[in-house]
Amino acid sequence: MNVSTIHDIGYRHYDGKRLGRAYVTRSIFVHNLRAAYGLGRPARAKVMPFILVGIMLLPAVGDIAVVAIAKRPEALFPYTRYQFMLQLIISIFVATQAPVLASREIRFHTVPLYFSRPVGHVDLVLAKLGAFATALFALTATPVTLLYVGGLVTQVPDSGEHLLHYLGGLAACLLLSLVLAAIGLVVAAFTPRRGFGVAAVIAVLIVSEALVSIVQKIAEHTGHWTMSGWLGLCTPFTLVDAVAVRLLGGKEGVTVPSGLRGGAVALVLCALIVAGSVLVLHARFRKAGLS
Amino acid sequence: MNPTIAMITFRSMLGRRRALLLFVLPGLLLLLSLVLRLTDTNDMEVDTNVLQTFALGAVLPLLALIAGTGVIGPEIDDGQIMYILTKPVPRRTVVLTKLAVAIVLVTLFAAVPTLLAGLILGAPAGLTPAFTVGVLVGGVAYAAVFVALGVLSRNAVTIGLLYALVWESLFGNFAPGAKKASIVQWALSVTHSLTDASTVHPAVSLPTAVTMLVVVTLAATVLATVRLRSLTVASAE
Repeated sequence: MNVSTIHDIGYRHYDGKRLGRAYVTRSIFVHNLRAAYGLGRPARAKVMPFILVGIMLLPAVGDIAVVAIAKRPEALFPYTRYQFMLQLIISIFVATQAPVLASREIRFHTVPLYFSRPVGHVDLVLAKLGAFATALFALTATPVTLLYVGGLVTQVPDSGEHLLHYLGGLAACLLLSLVLAAIGLVVAAFTPRRGFGVAAVIAVLIVSEALVSIVQKIAEHTGHWTMSGWLGLCTPFTLVDAVAVRLLGGKEGVTVPSGLRGGAVALVLCALIVAGSVLVLHARFRKAGLS
Repeated sequence: MNPTIAMITFRSMLGRRRALLLFVLPGLLLLLSLVLRLTDTNDMEVDTNVLQTFALGAVLPLLALIAGTGVIGPEIDDGQIMYILTKPVPRRTVVLTKLAVAIVLVTLFAAVPTLLAGLILGAPAGLTPAFTVGVLVGGVAYAAVFVALGVLSRNAVTIGLLYALVWESLFGNFAPGAKKASIVQWALSVTHSLTDASTVHPAVSLPTAVTMLVVVTLAATVLATVRLRSLTVASAE
């Protein structure tokens, strides 16, 4: 007597090709990348990201206009400084879009649905982190590229040196995107309630900035310049700036640790932040994935 | 005022881990003051800097944003507000209760820590009470504006951030005109009138500041009431 026959009520079996883990991971990546800019969602979700993209591009366009019309090639912004100048806008982008990627599935308890497919916990986390980092890279690298192209078109002297600086600027953008995506997603994953995620991410980014700049000012006031430089590693933007200034040949702006050693330490810290966030997100989504 | 609505709102704001976020910001302020006091590196300029840029400029707007939009925004988003709106409670009462809760939260988590930070620092020239009053009046205006934003828009938190960070901080530094329309500057003007310290430089005069604070608070409250009267609850995203 065959037990299975009572369950076999005549449905046809699926014999086709199974697309598997890589396909699911790629789909999650693409879906999250689109969600970061509100694509595939109502117009309401597209307003904020694209306004912020517009604000990011404005200074670059204005700067190129100044360079072209006033014929002042030295007025072109240094490529590695651009993301630092507009850190407030980038912070707001991270704050508004990180909860879109990391909070919604947790809030609506739909994470288990992902794991009913052939996708591992690490795959999901890496796909989300990769998607958000890519979205941030698009946000930060586009104006820098625009500056470079603007510089080429207006024939700014020393094009070889500019190319090197431009590549350094792109590397800095990539590093910043990875670090911010890591921090933003971790904070958002732990504050699923709507609105709170945005506030929590911005609080982490802005308050660390305000706190460190006050402590730095006091340290410089009392003559502790070295300490002030090392304190700069406590905020994401200055951390990446330290790498950009010390290792990628960027222009100096804020106080960062001196020498190649300072840059190397900053780079190691960035790697630690990203690796740590993968671990934390992995644990968070595994817990949320238990139905 | 409706005690039941107030109690539910308090519970939703302070329940479980959510209160953590509210404790972290004032906690950092107190920690900073304590470190400065223990290392004895504070003078009048540093005290003003801490109270002005950190307490008034960073902690107050962020906390008011969390409290102001948090008391009403999430409820509108997930449709729970219907359970309140279908009861025979005037919309005015709903808005006023939510606003009162937001003001109490801002007082507890921004004004009281400012007072404590000032006391820890031992700030001279009456800076402590002056900044506490400044944070308090600024907090009332911020709370009213952000509650109205929470009723008006689903992107309330982002719009609030753009106003508090981009308009007040960023544009305020480049274009001095933007400072005239800034709640922080109005609060700073009130602070300035209460202290004889030379380190506080408000951008607007006291009568203008007080008038604007009152007008903005009232206008925001009325706007929130009017909008809540004809609120359409769409489905969650």
